Amino acid sequence: MALLKQTYLLLCKDLLLELRRRDSLLTMFFFGTLLLFVFHFSFDLAPDKIAEMAPALLWLAFLFTGTLGLAQLFQAERENHCLDALLLSPLDRGALFLAKTSFNLILMLLVELVVMPLFWILFNLSAWNLLPQLFLVTLLGTIGFCVLGTIMSALTLRARARELLLPLVLFPLMIPVILATIRCMESVLRHGEFGEAVSWLKLLVGFDVIFITVGVLIFDWVLES
Amino acid sequence: MTQSKKRKGILGGLALVAVAIGLYWSLAVAPPDAYQGEVQRIMYLHLPSILTAYLSYFLVFIGSGMYLWKREKRDDLLAHAAAELGVLFTALTIIEGSIWGKPTWGVWWTWDARLTLTAILLLIYAGYLMLRSLIDDENRAASAAAILGIIGFLDIPLIHMSVYWWRTLHQPPSILRPDKVPWENVHPAMLTALTISFVGFLLLYFYLLSLRYRVGEMRQEIKALRLERGA
Repeated sequence: MALLKQTYLLLCKDLLLELRRRDSLLTMFFFGTLLLFVFHFSFDLAPDKIAEMAPALLWLAFLFTGTLGLAQLFQAERENHCLDALLLSPLDRGALFLAKTSFNLILMLLVELVVMPLFWILFNLSAWNLLPQLFLVTLLGTIGFCVLGTIMSALTLRARARELLLPLVLFPLMIPVILATIRCMESVLRHGEFGEAVSWLKLLVGFDVIFITVGVLIFDWVLES
Repeated sequence: MTQSKKRKGILGGLALVAVAIGLYWSLAVAPPDAYQGEVQRIMYLHLPSILTAYLSYFLVFIGSGMYLWKREKRDDLLAHAAAELGVLFTALTIIEGSIWGKPTWGVWWTWDARLTLTAILLLIYAGYLMLRSLIDDENRAASAAAILGIIGFLDIPLIHMSVYWWRTLHQPPSILRPDKVPWENVHPAMLTALTISFVGFLLLYFYLLSLRYRVGEMRQEIKALRLERGA
């Protein structure tokens, strides 16, 4: 239980900081919206085609905004040697991992909660009733992204050109999540239900569980590096 | 020192001989494929390349795990050497596959599951090498790389599963088939050629690995000498 309590306290600290500065959330939100406009200008999105492309476009927007957030994830800790202070305190490093992951997850989910309906409005999609299912898929995918993203963000913390390096090491590892979320969303948009995509959903859950466990176990070493 | 040099020389010599015999067997002794003709002979290189690459990634995983556990420099040197060779052999596999694919499938590249998986492996381990080179502190670079080496390896089955569900077009395995024993559906000379070629690749791989490992060791020694001189 100590793990959960520490996680909660650390998360509160990050949320409070974000509430006061609002750096990440606002940047991510505007970047996500901006991407929707870029997509609109880049593709010829006829009304019959948009439903087919929506999952891929949405998820691309989430990936890019998420990466933007991850690059800032340990910014507060980098300043004034805060990370060293955190490491000196009698904290479970697993709690630090869970807190950072949940913090990034909350930011991304807030952005997604706005960007998804906005996508529906801007591209005149009619299937509003399917949004809950789509959001469930997005939630599972975003968890996977944040879990691996937090680990990779911490790994690249002391690297040169870390903002460039982060997506380079993160994206290839994210392929299962990207494939699974997009297939699931496609299935929902096409048939109104998961149908055969349930196995993709299971893959997503498996991915999340595996890497949350791995993350809690190895974050000790991650922060040493 | 000279002892290990001699051993390396012998290993290199053996590798050279085995690869030469393998090439001879693949090009001259084994018959051309009934459907694909002469171009099929590239398989005698293609298959050993990818198997060696997988062996390499497994060694990265082992070396990384051992390094995090015991903190011995040699495990990190092993993982680093294996990662470089893995990237090399994966790149070779993709190039050989393209040369084979153009006359057989009519395209250099197609987004088939196995091709995609191989390309993703190349990207993951290229990222691993980038991560290493971009962290200045040597011990930190080693730890960070070790973690990526473990996570990358754990991710392979998931990537494998997902790209297979996504699409499959590749040749079904023609040798290790569940319904028949290998020597019944392949000409024996083909199997021999493949086996010799594989042994040759393995010897070559371990020769290169020992060389690359030694380079890592020498870097350490130079660094230690410099520190000594400086002090």
